[in-house]
Parts: sequence; structure tokens; C-alpha cells
Amino acid sequence: MAAAAFFYLFAGITLASALMVIAAKNPVHSVLFLILAFVNAAGLFLLMGAEFLAMILVVVYVGAVAVLFLFVVMMLDVDFAQLRQGFLSYLPFGAVIALMLLVELVLVVTTYIVQPGALKGPAPAAPSADALISNTEALGRVLYTQYLYFFQAAGLVLLVAMIGAIVLTLRHKAGVKRQDISRQVARTPEAAVEIKKVPFRQGV
Amino acid sequence: MPELLVDYLPLVIFIGVSLVIAAALLVAPFIIAYKNPDPEKLSAYECGFNAFDDARMKFDVRFYLVSILFIIFDLEVAFLFPWAVAFKEVGVFGFWSMMTFLGVLTIGFVYEWRKGALEWD
Repeated sequence: MAAAAFFYLFAGITLASALMVIAAKNPVHSVLFLILAFVNAAGLFLLMGAEFLAMILVVVYVGAVAVLFLFVVMMLDVDFAQLRQGFLSYLPFGAVIALMLLVELVLVVTTYIVQPGALKGPAPAAPSADALISNTEALGRVLYTQYLYFFQAAGLVLLVAMIGAIVLTLRHKAGVKRQDISRQVARTPEAAVEIKKVPFRQGV
Repeated sequence: MPELLVDYLPLVIFIGVSLVIAAALLVAPFIIAYKNPDPEKLSAYECGFNAFDDARMKFDVRFYLVSILFIIFDLEVAFLFPWAVAFKEVGVFGFWSMMTFLGVLTIGFVYEWRKGALEWD
């Protein structure tokens, strides 16, 4: 009963804030609504018993991805009047994508109704002897051994993302003077000071 | 109600209490505070002279780089949690599997260090 109430609460706020993401005039507000949608989606995961996924959603999506979005939005030249102008010209393209998504959703739902067995994947891996393990542990038992290749592929994807971000955005300013402590400490009076004998009334 | 969700009851109470406090602090000024606005009071304060520019200026792209590098290491840590919990079950194979993963990301870390991506200027 209470679980159902919380489901409708989380689902309702998720849908409303998702709507506000595309409806808000200010892109920064859109990102804040996106964060609200993420938090409520984490609540939905929690209701399904996926604790680990819920916590990762909060840590990674709310804590990191949303901040990245915020930076990207702030990097744009936020001119609110101009942002709304392109709306109609992008509408057909957006409509096509929305239509594709709708078709996929309808296909999934009709398959689910007509033939419930068809959507079942391979049997859940390693049904544990004791049913009381947390789902973090259940993930840990298979992720690093049975799904080794996917795990290592994830590592490579992260490596590519890291190097790609550096290659695309790293620009060093020319002529920046940095402090180099070891060089400063290693300086001696002999290397740093030059003593000159100046002839009288002639200068250097 | 499942056992799992009962564990989260303190969290619900905590969020409820913080919502009440936050809402009270947000609403109270509207009710209590003395209001007498004029254009000068509402304008942006900039040390006595008129504001030069809009406050919404463009951010440096370097913030983006710092943030995306943070996300990558954040995800790396996210992979460490199930590994640490199931450490006894996955055995030596799981240990070396994680070491390879960390090694791959260390290559990226050394690359970004050598390129100076962690330096601000």
C-alpha cells in the first residue's frame, strides 16, 4: 500500500519534471529539473529492490553527469530569446525521433501483453544458494568473472572518453609562467646574482 | 511491505523533515520580512558603479574537462563497490580482472598527468 503510494509519487514527479526539462525556458532550470527526475528515478529503482542501481544513479548521474550538463549549459552563450527561435525548424527532426521511440515502446508493450515469455532473457545467472545476498553482492559475483569482457570493454570505453576529452578540450596558453618549487629551492646565489665592477663615471 | 523498503523508512522521514525545514525557510521571508523594493535596491550590486555586463557569461571550457575527468573516476569507483562486497567470492580471477581494469584507467591517468590536463593554466 505504502509502496504503491510511493510509486505513484515518484513516477508522477519524474514525469512532471521530465516535462519541465523540455518546457523550461531557462536551460539551467532544465538541468535542475533533470536532477529532480534522476532523484525520483532512483526512488523508483529502490521500490523495485534495485538498491545498488538507485545509489549509483544518485552518485553518478546526480553527482557528476548533472554537474557536467550544468557546465555545458553555462558554457553556451545563454541568450534566451534566441534559444526559442530554432524550435520550429527542429520540430520535424525531433518528431521523427519521438515517433521512433513511440513505435519501440508500443512494440515492447504489445509483446509484453501478447506473449509475456518472449521478453525473458537468458536465465538469471548464478541463482545464489542463500537468497539473502544484497544485490550489490549479486552484481559483484558475476560482473568480474562471468561478464569479464563487458567489464574490460567498459574500462576501455572510459579510457577512450578520457583521452578524447583531453584531446578535444585541452588548450595550453602560451607563455604562462608556472611556479616550480624545486627549481626555486635549487637556485644558488652564484647562479642568480651577478656582481659587476662598474668603472667610475662610466656606468654599465 | 517488503523488508528492504522498511530499511529506508528513516531516509523517508529525514527527507520529509528536511523538506519541511527548507519550505519553512523559503516561505517565511515572504510572510514576515519587510518589503519596500525600489529599482536601485533590486539592481545587481557591483561596488557602487553600474553593472558592466550580464552576469550570465560563458564559462571556461576547462571546467568541462575537469568535470568529465571527475565523472570517469567516479564511474571507476562505482565499479569498485560490488567488487569489494563480493571480493571473497570472485577469488584470484576477479582480483586480477579488476587490476586490469584499474591498469587501463591508470594509463589514461598517466596520459592526462603528462599532458598537464590537471594543471589549471
